[in-house]
Amino acid sequence: MERNPLRRQLQIMRKSLFDQGYLDEQFVQLEELQDESNPNFVEEVVTLYYRDSARLILNIEQALERKPYNFHKLDAYMHQFKGSSSSIGAKKVKAESTLFREYCKSGNGEGCMRCFQQLKKEYTTLRKKLEAYFQVARQAGPMETACRPK
Amino acid sequence: MAAQGRHGGQESNKMTALVVDDNTVNRMIHHRLLDNLGIENVAVVNGKEAVDIHCSGKTFDLILMDMDMPVMNGIEATRQLREMGIRSMIAGVSTRSMEREIREFIEAGLDDYQEKPLTMSKLISIVHKING
Repeated sequence: MERNPLRRQLQIMRKSLFDQGYLDEQFVQLEELQDESNPNFVEEVVTLYYRDSARLILNIEQALERKPYNFHKLDAYMHQFKGSSSSIGAKKVKAESTLFREYCKSGNGEGCMRCFQQLKKEYTTLRKKLEAYFQVARQAGPMETACRPK
Repeated sequence: MAAQGRHGGQESNKMTALVVDDNTVNRMIHHRLLDNLGIENVAVVNGKEAVDIHCSGKTFDLILMDMDMPVMNGIEATRQLREMGIRSMIAGVSTRSMEREIREFIEAGLDDYQEKPLTMSKLISIVHKING
């Protein structure tokens, strides 16, 4: 049991992110790459993800404003976005990306629109939760080892 | 096998790798994975840059090749590298899951294929193949 209150809070936040399905095992892989020489690696990767994926989100938004939909282009953008999301362990975002691609393959424009709205919600929710998590992590200071979820 | 990589004309016994991926997040993660294994590595953003870096005389023990990239994709880059006589271990890494697509990538000249996201255990299995 973690005695340090900040560390305890961090553990609870982290567990919640996994229990509620926001993150998957890939996030743990990133944590295991973090050490004394790269103490902020996970936060740096996540920051890069949100910076890089903002462009893809915008591309998809713009593509969805043009009718008829170019499903091939939409799928290509989402393929890239899904790849990045998968690499940081963004489980719910990745699931919505997969669904979006299925709608693209079946040429379902309404499905794409609905799915994209949900994807953006999950994307934004995850960002807020991770920002809060990293803020506490910075206050708590570096950990000696990564904790694996039970 | 003792790795003989060349960077900037200097020989080193450290294993060397080239990361070929258009995705910034993946390049960062793959770079870190390789760093953690003590593998010197550089990254390029598409298949053409991978071919060009070899044309400049550099060689690597390992090439981590993404499949979907602009300018030149991983399949074409792998084909060209093999035609140039590059015998490095080329491991394809991709999110593609259709057998037909993966087969085409492998037939271009891969030594190994791993589904993304790349993890430490997947990378270790690739490196073990190099070491025999």
